[in-house]
Amino acid sequence: MIAVVDYGRGNLFSIARSLAHVGATFAVTRDAAEISTADGVILPGVGAFADAMAALESRDLVAVLRDVAAAGRPMLGICLGMQLFFSRSQEFGETRGLDIIAGEVRKLPLKNGGMRVPNVGWRKLDKVRPDPLLEILERDPMFYFVHSFVAFPDDGGGIVASLPINGVDATVMVRRGPVAGCQFHPEKSGLAGLQLLARFAAMSGAQSGATRAA
Amino acid sequence: MIPLRLISRLDIKGPNVVKGVRLEGLRVVGNPRDLARRYYEQGIDEIIYMDIVASLYGRNNILSVVAEAAEDIFVPLTVGGGMRQVEDIRAALRQGADKVAINTAAIANPGFLSEAAQAFGSQCIVVSIEAKKHGEGQWEALTDNGREVTGKDAVDWAEEAESLGAGEILVTSVDQEGTRKGFDMALLAAIHDRVGIPVIASGGAGTAEHTRAVWEAGCADAVACASVLHYGDYSVPELKRCVHDAGFEVRQ
Repeated sequence: MIAVVDYGRGNLFSIARSLAHVGATFAVTRDAAEISTADGVILPGVGAFADAMAALESRDLVAVLRDVAAAGRPMLGICLGMQLFFSRSQEFGETRGLDIIAGEVRKLPLKNGGMRVPNVGWRKLDKVRPDPLLEILERDPMFYFVHSFVAFPDDGGGIVASLPINGVDATVMVRRGPVAGCQFHPEKSGLAGLQLLARFAAMSGAQSGATRAA
Repeated sequence: MIPLRLISRLDIKGPNVVKGVRLEGLRVVGNPRDLARRYYEQGIDEIIYMDIVASLYGRNNILSVVAEAAEDIFVPLTVGGGMRQVEDIRAALRQGADKVAINTAAIANPGFLSEAAQAFGSQCIVVSIEAKKHGEGQWEALTDNGREVTGKDAVDWAEEAESLGAGEILVTSVDQEGTRKGFDMALLAAIHDRVGIPVIASGGAGTAEHTRAVWEAGCADAVACASVLHYGDYSVPELKRCVHDAGFEVRQ
């Protein structure tokens, strides 16, 4: 069973629908015990970093999420959920994150005549390294992005894929052991996104098998 | 150049998808469920639902339409029409919308835009501008689906909306809307040059070449189509192929 963390800041409906579509067993929950014992955890998120951290803190979920990561169970952070895995963010002043992955979240650089920010639309991943979440995907899939901030891992380690945006290689997929994050929205990325979520469900052993895969 | 983002725009009145010409003379063209499903299966990149009578009647009947779509359509959904307060936005997002489009309430109270962007993030706030030409290089922003004049310059308003926290601008040319005679390229270029956030072209798509022309000119970051798809003149892959054949990236 996958726990989709409900802290009032994510597009839970779409993630739940996507998981149901690929036959994953899941629960949308804010219950610490349920999250702690889940086979896999998805941390969604849209909106502002500081507000999201405050929401996790007020629900006493910060330590719970760190413990899940330490215990080695599969985790997937989506969009702001991925950013929350990092040490800190510079959005509206410095805010501490979950600090599961060392690094910082910063605003995308602006450039005259360059890519617009927010970065909105479908993009192919760049400089892709092998990752179990991408294993069964079609060649060069596109995913849907909508974001103004992006994570920079401290040592450049754990980067699975990036996007060249206005002179920087923005990290758009990351992995540290069982913890993965994607800046794009798999739940809004058509078939490719559903396949990625199906892979996460399989890695978590949370596939009912009763319903069809993506 | 970023890949083409092709959006199908569904104007909703009651239970139906409707289409007019210059926002008037509305005809029923299908039901929201069937059209959205068809375009999704054909590979549409995003869907905009616009409740075109919400401002007039002061109510939102579009959310059940969106909730139904969000059940099994896995591309971004934007909802507009009658977004007057933060609670309206929250309700739309809860029903499965990813973004909301705001026009009338933002012009009446620009502070509402800041409030909305702070509450939900700029990435989910699309400002919808209905622009009507009233001179060379001059366009006025209209509200209430083209029924009310505002005296606001559309290009200035786009810049103001960006500064207030809008994440994207949906630009609808009232003069071209429903005519299938092509986009108002000068309007798009004027707004695209003025703002740094993505611009969505809307109003006038009648052929695949119209979409390609926007991409070649680089005067928008996404293209919204309605009649050209609703009346079956072109399918989504046909529109994309034309842009792809001109050397641009499209999502298959």
